[in-house]
Amino acid sequence: MRRTRHRALVQGIAGLFAVSLAFLLLATSQCFGAPANPSPTNIFRPSSTPADEVFHISIFVLIIAALIFAVVFCLLVYSLVKFRRGPDDDGREPPPVYGSNQVELAWTVLPILIVLVLFLATARVIHSVEDAAKPPAAVAVIAIGHQFWWEFRYPSVGIVTANELHVPVSDPAHPTPTYIELRSADTDHSFWIPRLAGKTDLIPNRTNSMWIDPHEVGIYVGQCAQYCGTQHAKMLLRVYVDTKEQFDRWAREEAQPARVGDTVNQGRRVFETTACINCHAVSGTVADGRFGPDLTHLMSRDTIASGAASNTHENLRLWIHDPEAIKPGSLMPAMQLSDQDLDAVTAYLETLR
Amino acid sequence: MSSDSIALNPALESTRPIGDRLHDWVTTVDHKKLGILYILYALVFLVIGGIEATIMRIQLIVPHNHFVSPQVFNEMFTMHGTTMIFFVAMPIMFGFANYLLPLMIGARDMAFPRLNAWSFWLAAFGGLLLYFSFIGGNGLYGAGGAPDVGWFAYAPLTARVFSIGHSTDFWTLGLLVSGIGSIGTAANIAATVLCLRCPGMTLGKMPLLAWMNLVMAALVLLAISPLTAAQIMLSLDRYLGAHFFDTQAGGSAVIWMHFFWIFGHPEVYVLVIPAFAFASEIIPVFSRKPIFGYPVMVAATVAIGFVSFTVWAHHMFTVGMSSYANSFFTISTMIVGVPTGIKIFNWIGTMWGGKIEFKTPMLFCIGFLFQFLIAGLTGIMLAVAPFDWQLGNSYFVVAHFHYVIVGAILFALFAAFYYWFPKMSGRMYNERLGKWHFWLFLIGFHLTFDFMHIPGLLGMPRRIYTYEPGRGWDIWNLIITVGVFFQAAGILLFVCNLLWSRIKGPVCTSDPWDAWTLEWSTSSPPPEYNFAAIPVVRSRRPLWDIKHPEDPDWKYE
Ligand code: HEC
Ligand SMILES: [Cu+2]
Repeated sequence: MRRTRHRALVQGIAGLFAVSLAFLLLATSQCFGAPANPSPTNIFRPSSTPADEVFHISIFVLIIAALIFAVVFCLLVYSLVKFRRGPDDDGREPPPVYGSNQVELAWTVLPILIVLVLFLATARVIHSVEDAAKPPAAVAVIAIGHQFWWEFRYPSVGIVTANELHVPVSDPAHPTPTYIELRSADTDHSFWIPRLAGKTDLIPNRTNSMWIDPHEVGIYVGQCAQYCGTQHAKMLLRVYVDTKEQFDRWAREEAQPARVGDTVNQGRRVFETTACINCHAVSGTVADGRFGPDLTHLMSRDTIASGAASNTHENLRLWIHDPEAIKPGSLMPAMQLSDQDLDAVTAYLETLR
Repeated sequence: MSSDSIALNPALESTRPIGDRLHDWVTTVDHKKLGILYILYALVFLVIGGIEATIMRIQLIVPHNHFVSPQVFNEMFTMHGTTMIFFVAMPIMFGFANYLLPLMIGARDMAFPRLNAWSFWLAAFGGLLLYFSFIGGNGLYGAGGAPDVGWFAYAPLTARVFSIGHSTDFWTLGLLVSGIGSIGTAANIAATVLCLRCPGMTLGKMPLLAWMNLVMAALVLLAISPLTAAQIMLSLDRYLGAHFFDTQAGGSAVIWMHFFWIFGHPEVYVLVIPAFAFASEIIPVFSRKPIFGYPVMVAATVAIGFVSFTVWAHHMFTVGMSSYANSFFTISTMIVGVPTGIKIFNWIGTMWGGKIEFKTPMLFCIGFLFQFLIAGLTGIMLAVAPFDWQLGNSYFVVAHFHYVIVGAILFALFAAFYYWFPKMSGRMYNERLGKWHFWLFLIGFHLTFDFMHIPGLLGMPRRIYTYEPGRGWDIWNLIITVGVFFQAAGILLFVCNLLWSRIKGPVCTSDPWDAWTLEWSTSSPPPEYNFAAIPVVRSRRPLWDIKHPEDPDWKYE
């Protein structure tokens, strides 16, 4: 009787455990379309000089660490096996050994030498990444971290855009690296594209900088790496490495003011008579807010809300209707628009190419 | 020797009304009772912090999970970190120091018993203040709740504009108050070790545990002060319009980082040096050999203490320091590896040629050694500034410091629990349950924290409440979370073992391990006055000298 109750209890607990685990696994809900083509963010697949340099030093450090581990681990296991008390122990105390100066000296000097070697190798990389001379052909970008999105400015060509950074591929023979000046509008953030370079923080009241010289065209993803508030997790980052021609074309387009047709007058009116324009800019119109992303060429971007959703009609409409549904805690308020206004505004935004 | 303590009648003790006994505990100034209070208090918070960690891990088990909201997740990691460091690890170390130091140096109490009680109750009050934020953090603004600024609370997230309500204030006040308690305890420990050693116990003859706690106390005194100062400055910012860290008014976010990490890095050693102390007492006893290279161990500890104050900015390799500063903090951090390595070798040297007995305390010490070795090596990787540009603030770092705090410190703590439990309770723990605890926890630990390195290498930053599928992180996060349940099962066995053994465990002698330091010369549990007659010692292993009069240590030391 008692036994069966026991068994039932155990089964009950196990069942509960299994059910809750299954429930958790199913608890995943809608995801707003995986953004196109996110490449892996493996730090061991570098594609730009700073990431390359880090990769080489890290392999060197890993090898040394592995060697140290192997030696000490073997010593540890050997002494555990060799010196364990046997079953037929005579109960006598082993001879006490209080220490040995030679041995201590050996295992002091050896680590010091290892540290010296590691340090010299490291200092070389620090110098070559941080103190690299800026070539004249370098592209200059200013990245400004906001809670929870990225603003990018190209001061020499007058472009302001958001979340998706375009840079030209850099041919080692004629390097065209991109130098990024890092600033913050509010809290700390950190710019991290693992395949292009290590991270550098964006700190208010401070100007940092970093550089990349991507060797291959493609899309490189990363994300904010310094906790910056509620939606730190969805502060994603995409770098588009274009060919020289693609990049120039993109830059030309992006420098144009918005081309707004008459077909979307109603949407434009809604946009320009609600608070949207306090926060968003559309160049060439009255909208010149700077709190949120510049929308002049919104439709040239693959994603919205800093990579939180792909830039489709449904997502865009949902975003304007209720940003919380896509990115809870984002600083864009739901504007309580009627369905009609919502459709009109979405249509207007969709002309901003 | 004072093995002949005046026995109190235990039956008499247990017949006293419960109210009286409770009153005793609340008003006690006895170092043993305060030690146990510290430990129990920390264990309660350990369970709370563990639950917070479990909530986070459940949220991250699959991509796009909706178990908790981002807000709650952020509160969880803030509370988890703050709780584990300030209200688990520190008080538990203070608890053991309180309990053991007077016994091990042949004293009747700590140097300042009333200060001791005051420090404990301050620490306890600090913890309550922090947790009161769950109720009171809303303040008049209706926003807030528990703090969500991260355990290192980087400015300007703590400024009034970004942190409305009172949650940050509870965080600040909790740490401020418990910090004052920590400073009191540290002064007490230093005074006790320096002034109350029994006759014959010169500095060179005191147990390594005493040495290491002395260094720990010095670190607390030096490290908590900048933290306290920073908390006061933050409060001034928030309420009197000062602009130390308020970047919107020209303050500096980086200054906060310096203040925090000049505390934060030595803090790691505040926690790990007592863990070294446990290993240095337990490994010799279960290897049946004296510690190898005592003077070198002391020197290495003191060296770590000094060097630990020169490395803080390795937490800031990504804030854009000059190449010279980055190089300096690289080398200073790597140098810590030298005395630390020496220690590992000395522990192995102690086992070498011994007769190792794998009782639960020793098993945990071996786990400690193995995991501390790996933690040290990943530490060297993070010391390489360029490597840190990639690894910093990623899950690799999270794995690294949990290897230190769980893999090394918590394992050493479990060893200490099992080793001194018979002394504290007068009863033996259950060896079988202890071994189950060890293996379950070991498996859980490695499932969780070995695999946690990998998403870091794959670009997963810490402190994100969710992630998108297809980044190659899913499977690792699943494994990490599964490990948590093994660890929880281990902890459950541990708590059961303690409770059960406290009530039903077999009564044990004063010296169940055939050990050599003074605490084993008095009864288990020791009487209030510890020793009927103050002992006199001639070597580092006074009980060895008594047990082996034909071959005493003092002839060789
Ligand atoms: C209080 C300021 C504010 C107002 C008002 C506001 N927005 Fe936003 N908006 C933001 C912020 C901030 C973001 C960035 C959110 C994020 O990614 O976390 C944003 C993002 C967007 C985006 C996505 C841009 C991108 O490239 O990711 C669109 C589209 C947008 N808003 C449209 C609108 C429309 C339409 C309105 C008016 C109905 C509006 N916003 C009103 C602040 C505002
Ligand atoms: Cu951010």
